[in-house]
Amino acid sequence: MNRYPLWKYLLVVFAILMGLLYSVPNLFGEAPAVQVSLTKNVTQLDAKAMQAVEDALKQAGITYDAVMMDKTGIKVRFADTDTQIKAQDALKNALGKDYVVALNLISRSPSWLSSMGAKPMYLGLDLRGGVHFLMQVDMLAALNQASERYINDFRSTMRKERISYTGVSKEGKSILIRFSDAKELAKAEKILSRDYPDLMIKDGELSITATLSPAAETRIQEFALKQNIQTLHNRINELGVAEPVIQQQGLDRVVVQLPGVQDTAKAKEILGRTATLEVRLVDEDKSDAATLEAAGKGQVPFGDEYFVGRGGEPLLLKKKVELTGDYITDAGPGVDSQTGRSVVHVTLDNRGARIFRQVTKDNVGKRMAILLVEKGQAEVVTAPVINEEIGGGRVQISGMNNVQEATDISLLLRAGALAAPMEIIEERTVGPSMGEENIKRGMHSTLWGFAAIAIFMVAYYLIFGSVSIVALGINLLLLVAILSMLQATLTLPGLAAIALTLGMAIDANVLINERIREEIGYGNTPQAAIHAGYDRAFDTILDSNVTTMIAGLALFMFGSGPVKGFAVVHVLGILTSMFSAVVVSRAMVNLIYGYRRRINKLTIG
Amino acid sequence: MEFFRIKRDIPFMSYGRLTTAISLITFILAVFFLAQRGLNLGVDFTGGTVIEVSYPHAANLPQIRQAVESIDLNEATVQNFGSSKDVMIRLPLKKGVTSAQLSEQVLTALRNVDAQVEMRRVETVGAQVGQELYENGALALLLVSIGIVAYLALRFEWRFAVAAIIANMHDVVIILGFFAFFQWEFNLTVLAAVLAVLGYSVNESVVVFDRVRENFRKMRKVAVTKVIDNAITRTMSRTIITHFCTQLMVLSMLFFGGETLHNFALALTIGILFGIYSSVLVACPVALYLGVSRENLITGVEKKNNQAEMP
Repeated sequence: MNRYPLWKYLLVVFAILMGLLYSVPNLFGEAPAVQVSLTKNVTQLDAKAMQAVEDALKQAGITYDAVMMDKTGIKVRFADTDTQIKAQDALKNALGKDYVVALNLISRSPSWLSSMGAKPMYLGLDLRGGVHFLMQVDMLAALNQASERYINDFRSTMRKERISYTGVSKEGKSILIRFSDAKELAKAEKILSRDYPDLMIKDGELSITATLSPAAETRIQEFALKQNIQTLHNRINELGVAEPVIQQQGLDRVVVQLPGVQDTAKAKEILGRTATLEVRLVDEDKSDAATLEAAGKGQVPFGDEYFVGRGGEPLLLKKKVELTGDYITDAGPGVDSQTGRSVVHVTLDNRGARIFRQVTKDNVGKRMAILLVEKGQAEVVTAPVINEEIGGGRVQISGMNNVQEATDISLLLRAGALAAPMEIIEERTVGPSMGEENIKRGMHSTLWGFAAIAIFMVAYYLIFGSVSIVALGINLLLLVAILSMLQATLTLPGLAAIALTLGMAIDANVLINERIREEIGYGNTPQAAIHAGYDRAFDTILDSNVTTMIAGLALFMFGSGPVKGFAVVHVLGILTSMFSAVVVSRAMVNLIYGYRRRINKLTIG
Repeated sequence: MEFFRIKRDIPFMSYGRLTTAISLITFILAVFFLAQRGLNLGVDFTGGTVIEVSYPHAANLPQIRQAVESIDLNEATVQNFGSSKDVMIRLPLKKGVTSAQLSEQVLTALRNVDAQVEMRRVETVGAQVGQELYENGALALLLVSIGIVAYLALRFEWRFAVAAIIANMHDVVIILGFFAFFQWEFNLTVLAAVLAVLGYSVNESVVVFDRVRENFRKMRKVAVTKVIDNAITRTMSRTIITHFCTQLMVLSMLFFGGETLHNFALALTIGILFGIYSSVLVACPVALYLGVSRENLITGVEKKNNQAEMP
């Protein structure tokens, strides 16, 4: 009766093997590495980039342990941190500003393990050091900005339509336009309702109230959040952070996690900075090959500035800025209806549209450059030829290679500046020494606690105690393996949860062992006692685990930060402990006792 | 080895009045301290900034205080933390200055005084976030309670569910009472511990109730109090050994886990000690008081079978 069918033993063996396989990368530790990725995701990293990295390192005479490429970038592993920092400098110089060269830590585990997806546990910021920011987007400001824009637009519309009005002002969330004449009011109302479908227009006594429709309001807020996230992405790339996390939280918040960043002052400075977009004209009079070549060597004509475009083409731009990104209300990818090629549609506000029309009217046939200015450094995004006068504020930028590029560039255009101000409402910074210490503390707690329980259990229940402890060890193994497999973020409370889960998991084995003793006390045969012990204890184990599980799930749902980290490990630990305490320990007991013909006495203390 | 060879059942239920009185007194004391002193809420809940720094030598607290005061932060508290080399600076929320700037100012001021200072940890929580974390914590507590009651009511019977949750809330209130009395800092990690205790302590009640149900089936003509006494006595050995093992782990955390896990482990220790007591000596009397009986627990089919067997 105490024999398992073969498949159950195989299941246990399989689980243990998988557990070993997936938890083993944690033993190799981590090596210093440099991670190379692209500043902007316009193109993909390829074998050529990898070759460039290797060449740059060889040229600088830096020895490295391994080079690999995955979807996050090219990673180069080094023996020590000194070489790592030297390599970072060398690569930064060699690769230029199109690449992010960040310091990172990568697992030392052999590549065949990594290729199977066996990675070490993903450590949270409190264990590896780094900064966590929670940023609140000021949605009221975003809406205010929108109203300000509408006020300007209204003024120019009415000027254009020759409607006389006495004043436009902002009243709370709506815009109030006053008139002295009912006829003018009626005319204005007709035009405004036609031109601004996003607004709800209501007329009062000699006045019109325009309010943003709820749908438009949501759209503005969503846009502000999306744009801010994109801007943060771009800026963090500049910081050179290996694995940044930038996520939306709720409707108006952004979580930014920067592992390994210690200089929080710099991080805050960069995150809060504003970047702008500029439209400038190419100086076509001085764009002959000879002048360009001379300009490339530093002889730039007066009033011009020398740039190198995306494709490597030299450009001489006039210093005068025709238009800035402040006028852009939206940008999105699209397809040209005539050529079928990918384009970017940019929408300008009313004032921007007027300026743009004038500029294009005066410069048909010339090239116009769109620049992104960040940190005082300008980059030419594109420099298309102006084919005709462009009015209406809708600008189409052609010359995109594919849809992906169009999407990326429109994001870039939108990402120039923050759509709405952001404030850091939560910050958690952990220094690197603290992180290491936290790991050590968590490990020591678990190990000493485990040792103490092991000594007690073996002394108290002898063979059955040993079985319980082996099962508990397998529980630890499986838990670590699952955490590694899922790449769930392990925090210090998570480490505490591992320890606590082990301390609680032993309950199942104590229940079983006590029950077996009791059954023996009732005069049952050893085999029957084992059978009844496991059987009867199972109901209780199930009940008590379900209640613990309820607590764990509620923690997971409502917890934030440390509580969530605790809950994830706790819930997973309950699952693994059910398996190890019941199935694994039973398999062992079966193997020890189940195949004996006669047992005089169970060694259970 | 066997610690608990108890031949006769211990008449726990006849001590009911005494144990209930003890519980009631500790409970009232806990509520009293909670009301009078309140919890010493950490920045997680109140909002504010905590900066932890360490020095390679013993920290010069007056000098640090002066440095912090020099940048107009008079409400800051500066104290040693863990060892004489580690210092914790707590700053309340300040209007007009974003908390992000605040921590930078303090660190710069400290560096000017002693360049050897090393930043260990900075935590800044805005007032609104603090409020949310507080609300979410309370919501989690409520949800766990409801979930447990629902499950136990389904699996056993409402009387057991109510008894178990009363016993558990009693544990939770006592943990909070301890934190209020000693003014230990109550933060998110401690909240996690409290909720874990809620789930853990219910285990105890479940184990005893399971035995009570089993006994009701086996011991047909025995009085309810005797049935419960027997259930408690039979499971006592397991209760104490399990808790002892868990406590070994928690002690290990208390000793090796450092400052961050210290209060977490403290909350668990109190929870475990009172968990043993309450699951046995609070839950069972309450269940008894609510009028738990054989009929409540044994399902309809079984009841019919039982009646059929009766002569």
